Amino acid sequence: MNAQLQPTGSAYFIAKETEKPENHTLSVLVDNEPGVLARVIGLFSGRGYNIESLTVSETEHEKHLSRITIVTRGTPHVLEQIKHQLERIVPVHRVVDLTVRSHEFGQERPLERELALVKVAGTGEARVEALRLADAFRASVIDANTEHFIFEITGKGSKLDQFIAIMKPLGLVEICRTGVAAMNRGPQGM
Amino acid sequence: MSNGQNERREMTGAEMVVQALKDNGVKHVFGYPGGAVLPIYDEIFQQDEVEHILVRHEQGAGHAAEGYARSTGKAGVLLVTSGPGATNAVTPLQDALMDSIPLVCLTGQVPTSLIGSDAFQECDTVGITRPCTKHNWLVKDVNELAATIHEAFHVATTGRPGPVVVDIPKDVQFAKGIYVPPQTAPRTSYQPKVQGDLEKIKAAVELMAGAKKPIIYSGGGVINSGPEASHLLRELVDLTGFPITSTLMGLGAYPASGKNWMGMLGMHGTYEANMAMHDCDVMICIGARFDDRITGRLTAFSPNSKKVHIDIDPSSINKNVHTDVPIIGDVGRVLEDMVRLWRATAKPDKKALYPWWEQIAKWRARDSLAFKMNHDVIMPQYAIQRLYALTKDMDTYITTEVGQHQMWAAQHYHFEKPNRWMTSGGLGTMGYGLPAALGVQIAHPDALVIDIAGDASVQMTMQEMSAAVQHNAPIKIFILNNQYMGMVRQWQQLLHGNRLSHSYTEAMPDFVKLADAYGGHGIRCEKPDELDDAIKEMIAVDKPVLFDCRVATLANCFPMIPSGKAHNEMLLPDEATDEAVANAIDAKGRELV
Repeated sequence: MNAQLQPTGSAYFIAKETEKPENHTLSVLVDNEPGVLARVIGLFSGRGYNIESLTVSETEHEKHLSRITIVTRGTPHVLEQIKHQLERIVPVHRVVDLTVRSHEFGQERPLERELALVKVAGTGEARVEALRLADAFRASVIDANTEHFIFEITGKGSKLDQFIAIMKPLGLVEICRTGVAAMNRGPQGM
Repeated sequence: MSNGQNERREMTGAEMVVQALKDNGVKHVFGYPGGAVLPIYDEIFQQDEVEHILVRHEQGAGHAAEGYARSTGKAGVLLVTSGPGATNAVTPLQDALMDSIPLVCLTGQVPTSLIGSDAFQECDTVGITRPCTKHNWLVKDVNELAATIHEAFHVATTGRPGPVVVDIPKDVQFAKGIYVPPQTAPRTSYQPKVQGDLEKIKAAVELMAGAKKPIIYSGGGVINSGPEASHLLRELVDLTGFPITSTLMGLGAYPASGKNWMGMLGMHGTYEANMAMHDCDVMICIGARFDDRITGRLTAFSPNSKKVHIDIDPSSINKNVHTDVPIIGDVGRVLEDMVRLWRATAKPDKKALYPWWEQIAKWRARDSLAFKMNHDVIMPQYAIQRLYALTKDMDTYITTEVGQHQMWAAQHYHFEKPNRWMTSGGLGTMGYGLPAALGVQIAHPDALVIDIAGDASVQMTMQEMSAAVQHNAPIKIFILNNQYMGMVRQWQQLLHGNRLSHSYTEAMPDFVKLADAYGGHGIRCEKPDELDDAIKEMIAVDKPVLFDCRVATLANCFPMIPSGKAHNEMLLPDEATDEAVANAIDAKGRELV
């Protein structure tokens, strides 16, 4: 959370930051080998970059490639540094700033989706209301008994935020979110 | 390369380690044995192709390997045990990372079955060394060991060089597997870009051809790129007629006797170099990285120049300073193209540079490295000047520790060739110089290897005197002894109201007796008129020497760009009165490092 110190990396020349920080989504293609996630995360903590969201999974089993999706916050200058620093990591194949890419395509932002499991407990009117709202949000019930539901909901982060906020007064028990999965629109790959 | 080159043979992990070292052209390994590397030491014992240099502390092995690497251009290799062996190697690993020195560090590890159990001498070596290496590996399968070591050498020595660690559990050293020779095809995710973009190089040449006040600012990347890069740099300077300055790490790439040489730049650089950096209209940064010791206050750094930056590491571009023409590639390759394009297209009008050179001559006339000579006490600058005068015509290599003596060495010892100057630039590791000198001497047994040391730094790795004696490495430790941590004291004078908190060493060892105790040779010199004879004696002795050069205790290192100041706000020696020193840094600057 000390990204504002980042531009010089030294307490010697703290200059006023004139650029505005932005949220960007990065896709990082890596060899799926032991320690690779630690290298990526260690880079962020070691250099004082922010991680807002992180999603990792192997995407190409035969080639042992994993795709890491990171939502990070920083000034354009810091974001460029993050990209280059990630590219220095030996098992990193490619780094694409999906946000920058989407701007190049004339789009506002890349496609971003997140999945959440939301457990709501209650009876009576609140329970009926929860189910009705879940339906409106196109959340599906994946577990239930007479006292609770577990909803599965997919969508943009903001939609999930909204759904969770609405569930709060209706008996929200716990939430699990996956973090953002993202890619650019259009036929091109990363 | 040995005869095992194209065979796939069955052997133990320990045998593979030694075979892989041979196949990667390794002649010397610096190390210290311990429980978790005993099988490897057993193999080392049974051959004589790879020579093992026993040190006294793993940090010493690391710095020795760094000195070896920096003076030869090859990878330095160290072999240490698990746990404390590995943690002691962390300082040189980080040092090598910051100065881009190729190191291959082999560490023993507890058997795979015990990893994670808090076993005796266990530590999470790959976890601890992850941020201080270019890459590291824990090898759990003996069949991957050979390929991993080959890859380690490849990663350490290519692209921007750096340290790597291969952590080898003891059971893997005993296990048998198939040895594979070095592969030609590296992993696909690691492809450093060496060839610069020709369009960018053209743009740079165009910019340079139109410059009225150009400057070349070169760095350690030129040294790393190899002797050819230094040769091309000299050619470029000759062709263009541009003035050239260099970082601490880049000294020797352009000869100090060259007519376009302006001396080192930065915090303790020359007045002319820093003023020219500030006032230039085109800056060509070659293999340097705009470190904070170079730039001074960033907001006031060379405000009116277009900047060309040649670097093999894309993350160096625009990191601290905005670059107008970034060229990503190996310095040698880029300079080759640049020199060719300059010859073909540029219409050099050297006359256009006359006013610039006149201005530089005025700055030079300030004589910013001047100091007041004293006939009773040896001035540290004078000591370096005499050392230089008496050793410059010999096959000399210089290492240093960190502090005032290091800056004086950089200012007053002049280098004509690359790979002759070994110093800890980025990390600023006190204790680097003595073991580094050992490493250099092992690589160049007939050369004169001198560690220009400070009395405080040298005591941090003094134990390696014993290693030097054991290996008949006649290194000369030239200690500028002022009984202070001089640079700490200088900063306390500048920043902390002259309260000299713990920067004075009240119990200094007798370095002459100490040399004697180690089986080396001790010399003490206290008078300027005895200095030459004493230095000659030091050179003549065929043993490790501790030279206790008693210098003026309160001399400070100038010129200096004080905290938070710009290149054109230097503190010059003739202006550095007590009052000026006390007021050099305002309240805001005092908060800064």
